[in-house]
Amino acid sequence: MTDISRLVVVGASLAGLRAVEAARKAGFDGSVTLIGAEPHLPYDRPPLSKAFLDAEGDGTAPTFRERAQLEELGVELRLGAPATGLDTDGCVVTVDGTDEVPYDAVVIATGAHARTLPGAAALDGVHALRTVDDAREVRSALDAGARTVVIGAGFIGSEVASSAQKRGVDVTVLEALPTPLVRAAGPAMGAAIAALHERNGTTLRCGTGVRSLEGSGSVERVVLEDGSSIPADLVVVGIGVVPTVDWLQGSGLRLEDGIVCDERLWTGVPGVYAAGDVARWHNPTLQEVQRMENWTAAAEQGAAAARNAIAPAEARPYGTVPYFWSDWYDVRIQFVGSPNADEVVVVDGDPGTSGRWIALYRRGDRLVGALTVNGQSDVMKYRVQIMRGGSWDEALDFAARRRERSRGVSSPGSPVGSAV
Amino acid sequence: MRVVVDYTKCTGLGICESLAPAFFEVNDEGDLVLLKEEVGDAERQELEEAVAGCPTEALRLVD
Ligand SMILES: Cc1cc2nc3c(=O)[nH]c(=O)nc-3n(C[C@H](O)[C@H](O)[C@H](O)COP(=O)(O)OP(=O)(O)OC[C@H]3O[C@@H](n4cnc5c(N)ncnc54)[C@H](O)[C@@H]3O)c2cc1C
Ligand code: SF4
Repeated sequence: MTDISRLVVVGASLAGLRAVEAARKAGFDGSVTLIGAEPHLPYDRPPLSKAFLDAEGDGTAPTFRERAQLEELGVELRLGAPATGLDTDGCVVTVDGTDEVPYDAVVIATGAHARTLPGAAALDGVHALRTVDDAREVRSALDAGARTVVIGAGFIGSEVASSAQKRGVDVTVLEALPTPLVRAAGPAMGAAIAALHERNGTTLRCGTGVRSLEGSGSVERVVLEDGSSIPADLVVVGIGVVPTVDWLQGSGLRLEDGIVCDERLWTGVPGVYAAGDVARWHNPTLQEVQRMENWTAAAEQGAAAARNAIAPAEARPYGTVPYFWSDWYDVRIQFVGSPNADEVVVVDGDPGTSGRWIALYRRGDRLVGALTVNGQSDVMKYRVQIMRGGSWDEALDFAARRRERSRGVSSPGSPVGSAV
Repeated sequence: MRVVVDYTKCTGLGICESLAPAFFEVNDEGDLVLLKEEVGDAERQELEEAVAGCPTEALRLVD
């Protein structure tokens, strides 16, 4: 194995930033180059659909580090132009079609980009929400009091709707599927969380397909499949993301809904690792092949992939109990583990009436997931149990003790159906 | 070595609690409570993971 003296990281967001920082922290003293398509320094995305949209905010990008801090780490920044190719035989990343950046080890962290509605790009006032530039457009439309339609009742769309509602702007959420959030939380809990919209005064229409967006120059209305239409000055399209792998076509990497990696985040090609939203890896903790779209996994994978890339002989597996959170209205939704369950049981609160509840997910005789809505003090205790491979019975006992502790009442858990 | 929380950044997301439950707990109000401050050598690795895992970068280890 040749010496590794040149680390190249492609994608200058959370996973890429954590990769370069972890390499230095591990004592790597070779050259480190961070290539980013966006002109911005690495910034944090979760606030973009939350605090950033509030009327009180000032539209400043939530950057993680100053340029000087990265320079001090000895990171060469190449921002504002995308990598356009990876030659795994010659060990070279091509930037902007022409510039060649040679590597000994490379971490690919090009993340994901928003899926678009066909034909939507032609109209002003139609935005995805993935970048700080998107968020600025949405923010200024909300400032102007735009009548808002959100297409897609996923987490990001729902957070935008909640921000619009908070500002007193007219907002409607449209969801093509009969139940939102099924992939993230399963059908029963997807429906229960989505009901928070109506409870907070936002119209949510499920099973409603969009036929077209109309307007001259700027969007004026959203036309639905049933022929009716909703007037709109701002349309936010939140219909999911696609891993950014187009630039890797022909590179020889295995691309199947992301870059396929083993449990060490290795692609199988010497020197090439992947991390964050772009990586589809074998998660040894849950024994599932997964691609994450959450902050925690991107941060941890960035660091883990870089440590493995600079010392492949000592490469360690990376496993996690996935975690994400989302803030809507005055509610914090948190999910740990996997929603692929045989049974889901509400162990505290009542999704139908209260703004606080906890649901546990069973697969076989194991606890595999937990959803909490305003249950900040409980969620991580379940994460620890899932990490340890804790049993379902143990989780139910624990839930019963927590119920007693908090309210001195104990009622049996009520099954809410299977979530496959 | 001890751990320091910047409460102006922390939003009670709780990642730290899942990685180092002996040190951190989010209470019923959703606020982080530091259960102990001093970090022994054996606990250092765990605490470093908590520092790296915090989504608001609110944790620091100081000598
Ligand atoms: C609005 C919003 C809200 C969110 N809220 C939450 C939340 O509440 N909780 C949670 O857990 N997660 C949340 N997430 C998800 C979280 O932000 C992502 O999981 C995380 O950003 C993934 O980091 P990443 O570095 O893997 O990829 P990304 O952040 O997608 O970054 C990839 C970077 O690579 C760049 N790039 C792409 N192609 C190239 C190329 N060819 N060459 C060079 N650079 C390239 C891109 O421009 C981008 O800057 C949210 C995301 C968004 C957009
Ligand atoms: S992980 Fe960070 S934000 Fe979350 S509770 Fe701990 S210190 Fe606070």
